[in-house]
Amino acid sequence: MAFVFIRMLPGDPVMLMAGERGMSEERHAEMMQVFGFDRPIYEQYFSYVGDLLQGDLGTSIITKKPVLEEFMTLFPATVELSLCAIIIAVFLGLPAGMIAATRRGTIFDHTVMTGALTGYSMPIFWWGLLLIIFFSGILGWTPVSGRISLFYYFEPVTGFMLIDSLLSGQKGAFISSMSHLVLPSIVLATIPLAVIARQTRSAMLEVLSEDYVRTARAKGLGPGRVIGIHALRNAMIPVITVIGLQVGVLFAGAILTETIFSWPGIGKWMVDSIFRRDYPSVQGGLLMIAAVVMMVNLIVDLLYGLINPQIRHTD
Amino acid sequence: MTEVTAYQEGNDTRQGGRFALLTEFWAYFSENRGAVIGLVFFSCVVFVAIFANFIAPHEPNEQFREAFLQPPFWQDGGELRFPLGTDAVGRDVLSRLIHGSRYSLFIGCIVVSVSLVFGVMLGLTAGFLRGRVDVVIMRVMDVVLAFPSLLLALVLVAILGPSLINAMIAIAIVQQPHYVRLTRAAVMGEMTKDYVTAARVIGVRTLRLMFVTILPNCMAPLIVQAALSFSSAILDAAALGFLGMGAQPPTPEWGTMLAEAREFILRAWWVVTFPGVAILTTVLAINLMGDGLRDALDPKLKRS
Repeated sequence: MAFVFIRMLPGDPVMLMAGERGMSEERHAEMMQVFGFDRPIYEQYFSYVGDLLQGDLGTSIITKKPVLEEFMTLFPATVELSLCAIIIAVFLGLPAGMIAATRRGTIFDHTVMTGALTGYSMPIFWWGLLLIIFFSGILGWTPVSGRISLFYYFEPVTGFMLIDSLLSGQKGAFISSMSHLVLPSIVLATIPLAVIARQTRSAMLEVLSEDYVRTARAKGLGPGRVIGIHALRNAMIPVITVIGLQVGVLFAGAILTETIFSWPGIGKWMVDSIFRRDYPSVQGGLLMIAAVVMMVNLIVDLLYGLINPQIRHTD
Repeated sequence: MTEVTAYQEGNDTRQGGRFALLTEFWAYFSENRGAVIGLVFFSCVVFVAIFANFIAPHEPNEQFREAFLQPPFWQDGGELRFPLGTDAVGRDVLSRLIHGSRYSLFIGCIVVSVSLVFGVMLGLTAGFLRGRVDVVIMRVMDVVLAFPSLLLALVLVAILGPSLINAMIAIAIVQQPHYVRLTRAAVMGEMTKDYVTAARVIGVRTLRLMFVTILPNCMAPLIVQAALSFSSAILDAAALGFLGMGAQPPTPEWGTMLAEAREFILRAWWVVTFPGVAILTTVLAINLMGDGLRDALDPKLKRS
């Protein structure tokens, strides 16, 4: 599917490669043949799927490196950023939503909900620019772009800059990578955080008005047990759905965040590839990202069964 | 018969008449202060969008060659002729913002109506019929959902060619699976409940069961989603514009304006700040309204 989509992209990659100087007719035809663009579409498709089954995503037209290799070098950067973002989002969002629900109508509730709604409404590319103006431009606390300062160099071990910089044992390397990570993480966490807090609150509210919660209360169970065990378990179903859906949101956010902060990850690479009409890279990248998101969705589906036996039985 | 009226009839049997229902709805809606503020602000935006030609002090693309990057009027060097300053080619920022509201509202309306109608149909079918139909629909939706929304929209726009219409088509395609999933999940949750069994026992026909008995109880999350996706359509369109794949310059679309202003962030804060504020406040107002709608429409939260 990705193949059909992408091959329809208008524009001629070979012409684009030639750049301003232009290119003779013969050279053009020759290049088209090298990349196989002169063959009929269906033939290109089958040879692509064949390669795909052998784990070959093709070679980037621009850099001439295998797409899979490029993806794998850049992937940890995005994962590191996304993990930090989702950790921020879950650890702040879940408790905030729960407390807001149990204290419905209080100032805390209103504050959390206003904040969450503002976060949800935030155009994150603008939010990133504002943070750059404030923290990097005016205060000068954080760097504007990249993953780590150029002063430090070490062989990547895990690909996660935070861990690598710790392992390298260089003084200041960890701090440097940390300060590069802070702003992008905050920007990327904004929307998931808001979504998780809102969803937790509304799910808790819905569950708290159910009969069995009243029954539990009537039985004389303490509020901690009612909320923590009876209510939370059922409220978690929509919340987990939403957390699962955030993985896609994170990748989408990564496109904008990485573009703004020049973070060398998948998002920026995809945008660049689209603009360069690097078919194999866009195709391979889309497929790989889709595979990752699908895996997470599968895990979420399996989690449903663990949490709510009802769904397991009806299947 | 639309789904909304079906919903009202299905749920509220205590009072007769549309008017009473509307009054009741308003009573709940106006209880929520945020929602009313959102509604008022949103009405202002709609008003501004409709009468943009009369309100805007200048034409959105008119260039004043004597005034490049002029600051807002309260700063040194600013003047009242350009209340929010001018951009790098001497266009009035306020006028461009006013005209930009048209694009944002237009995008929201089209995207939501298209994706809602298709999404609810598919989700209801999948959740109600289960079995093979369900598997096919959900697998297709999973494929669409598997791609991060903005990335898929980006690639779709790259295929179709960068323009506002194509951006809207792409965003509608990308948003629809959310409706399908939500509807299906809600329908599945409702199906196990006693009232559905009861309705079956008394011999309610399938279509009626689907649209009149079950759907109204699934509407609350859908209405919230519709409001939220109205705003996220605006956000996504702005993001596409920002990446250069949405509305093309010199269209005064807010995201496109931000993209044009990006290189001036440290020199001229106003060209970056105001379009963002416009996006944020509009989206926030719509989301506030969405919350109010949910509180007013969700029978489970009504404590009468």
